[in-house]
Amino acid sequence: MSEAKTAAPKGSLNWKSWIQQGLAVGTLVLLFIFFSIMNPNFMQWSNISGILLATAGIGIMALGTTFVIATGGIDLSIGTGSTLAAVMTGVFAVNMGLPAWLGVLLGIASGALMGFINGFNVAFLRIPPFIATLAMMMVAQGLGLVLSGVAPIYFTEISWFSGIALGELIPGLPNGVLIMFVLAILAWVVLSRTKFGRIDLAIGSNEEATRLSGISTKRWTVLIYSVAGVFTAIAGIVMASRLSSAQPQMGVGLELQAIAAVIIGGTSLMGGRASIIGTVIGALIMSVLINGLRIMGVQSEWQFVASGVVIAIAVWFDSLRNRGSST
Amino acid sequence: MKMKKSKVLLAGLATAALALTGCSSNGGGEGDGEGTGEGGDISIALVSKGFQHQFWQSVKQGAEEEAEAQGVSITFDGPAAETQVDSQLQMLQTAIDNRPDAIGYAALDPKACIPLFEQAKAADIPVVQFDAACESDYGNYLAATDGVAAGAVAAEHMAEAIGGEGKVGIVGHSQINSTGVERRDGFVEYLEENFPDIEIVDIQYGDGDHLKSADIAKAMLSAHPDLAGLYGTNEGSAIGIVNAANELGLEQGKVAIVGFDSGSAQIEAIKNGDMLGAVTQDPKSIGKITVQSALALINGEEVEEFTDTGSFWYDAENIDSEEIQAMIYE
Repeated sequence: MSEAKTAAPKGSLNWKSWIQQGLAVGTLVLLFIFFSIMNPNFMQWSNISGILLATAGIGIMALGTTFVIATGGIDLSIGTGSTLAAVMTGVFAVNMGLPAWLGVLLGIASGALMGFINGFNVAFLRIPPFIATLAMMMVAQGLGLVLSGVAPIYFTEISWFSGIALGELIPGLPNGVLIMFVLAILAWVVLSRTKFGRIDLAIGSNEEATRLSGISTKRWTVLIYSVAGVFTAIAGIVMASRLSSAQPQMGVGLELQAIAAVIIGGTSLMGGRASIIGTVIGALIMSVLINGLRIMGVQSEWQFVASGVVIAIAVWFDSLRNRGSST
Repeated sequence: MKMKKSKVLLAGLATAALALTGCSSNGGGEGDGEGTGEGGDISIALVSKGFQHQFWQSVKQGAEEEAEAQGVSITFDGPAAETQVDSQLQMLQTAIDNRPDAIGYAALDPKACIPLFEQAKAADIPVVQFDAACESDYGNYLAATDGVAAGAVAAEHMAEAIGGEGKVGIVGHSQINSTGVERRDGFVEYLEENFPDIEIVDIQYGDGDHLKSADIAKAMLSAHPDLAGLYGTNEGSAIGIVNAANELGLEQGKVAIVGFDSGSAQIEAIKNGDMLGAVTQDPKSIGKITVQSALALINGEEVEEFTDTGSFWYDAENIDSEEIQAMIYE
């Protein structure tokens, strides 16, 4: 019985997500062509790598959030949470003087702890995900300010720290981008090839049925939010590395961009359907759009309008397809 | 049973309340005994634009030092981000409700504060302003940097560095609040008047966010490969530009970078040559003069309508001078 359950959504998942991804890829290609025609400088590698690097932080956050949204949940704490993780890394590695690698690991662990608390509040205390993670968003922002002493923490003493995002293991490709792609592959394997991924989607399509089939959905939910917390923390560290510092006011508002990337990529806000490749493409669409408009010299005000319109259109496609499949 | 419980509770509350009032009247008595004649009871509530940036921490420090010297007590409050006009107004409201002897205010939005200024007027609380003014008729005493003049200082050095011709881009921090607007306009107007061969090709806004400003600067550099200079209108914008140049691997000096304010990253960039120099304000003086003006108003003395706390150019050459060191902050 449990097999049939997991098999059925999986089969329909495939062609659905292929269409959505096709749309997303198509949008991305169209944007590329459009901006290249508008300004040939757009296609230069230095600009492309700039776009990729700008995508890294939000992209990594969005990967983790994909797992949460797949359960039908949401995680609003990823923006300020990433800041808190960066600040924690600074507190451990700089203020307390622990070895830098340990500081980074503890920073990631603090992200996992944030996710754990989110998951616990959602699964065991039955606080709606929107509220539980909204609360965490505020707590993280406050703690980030308190722990940093309302001042940036600089990593300039740690020579390799800026290399996390800006070094180039592959010449021409910043490491931050490499990290995003490696994590994306990892997330793709986990979502599509492991028990974790199957249960993740099963909770999203029918939590009650999943629970009745003998799976402890509460524990898995806690685990899923914790994993998302790890992604959030890595995103925070990558962004801090770009700045060689943990900026306590960074990260506010990034959560909505990351969530938008996930939705554009074809993951359903209702849960039960998710696409990692889609998330990466969704994140790329967001930053290509912003970068292209900047290169064209479009006013900042209109850049917001354009991003909003793109998100609305993407989600409209999504709902159209859902309606089509239900009839 | 139930009745009993609630009675016990009531009794408990009453005792607690008694204890509390006892305490506070005691405290008040002590204060009266000591504070007379020394002005120790004067309180000034400062509502700033924020507290997260080092700039505001310096303003706060200047205000606190002056308050200590004068023997008055101050509070210093500000919203978490400079976009939160709303929460700043609530802070101002709270300050008015607390009936301090004077209020110091730095307007995030020049118009939204007008009704609250009317309230302060009705409550007879003197108001002084710092950094940016509210467009109210009340409390017209401002201690601030003349942003237009400061922008012109930045423009002057930019023009000199690029030899009076070429393309220049601006990464602003706000198209709404007055500092962002003045520093931009001062820069643009100075160049338009004095250097017709300098073209300002793009102005974009990064909200003072380091990453966003870096991405904007990178896009500008990609769009205009022959860009000669970039101007960042506050600390975050300036550091964003420096980061962008470093990430693109531009050789030093190919693009002249002019910044604003200080902070350790900017100081470092100026010292190692990534950045040409920056305009600094004198944040401690802003805090100090605000407290002084507030005290003067309380004592019924005359206060200037506008005090320019000054803007100063610094670069690798004069950064270690005493004069500059007193104004910049790590």
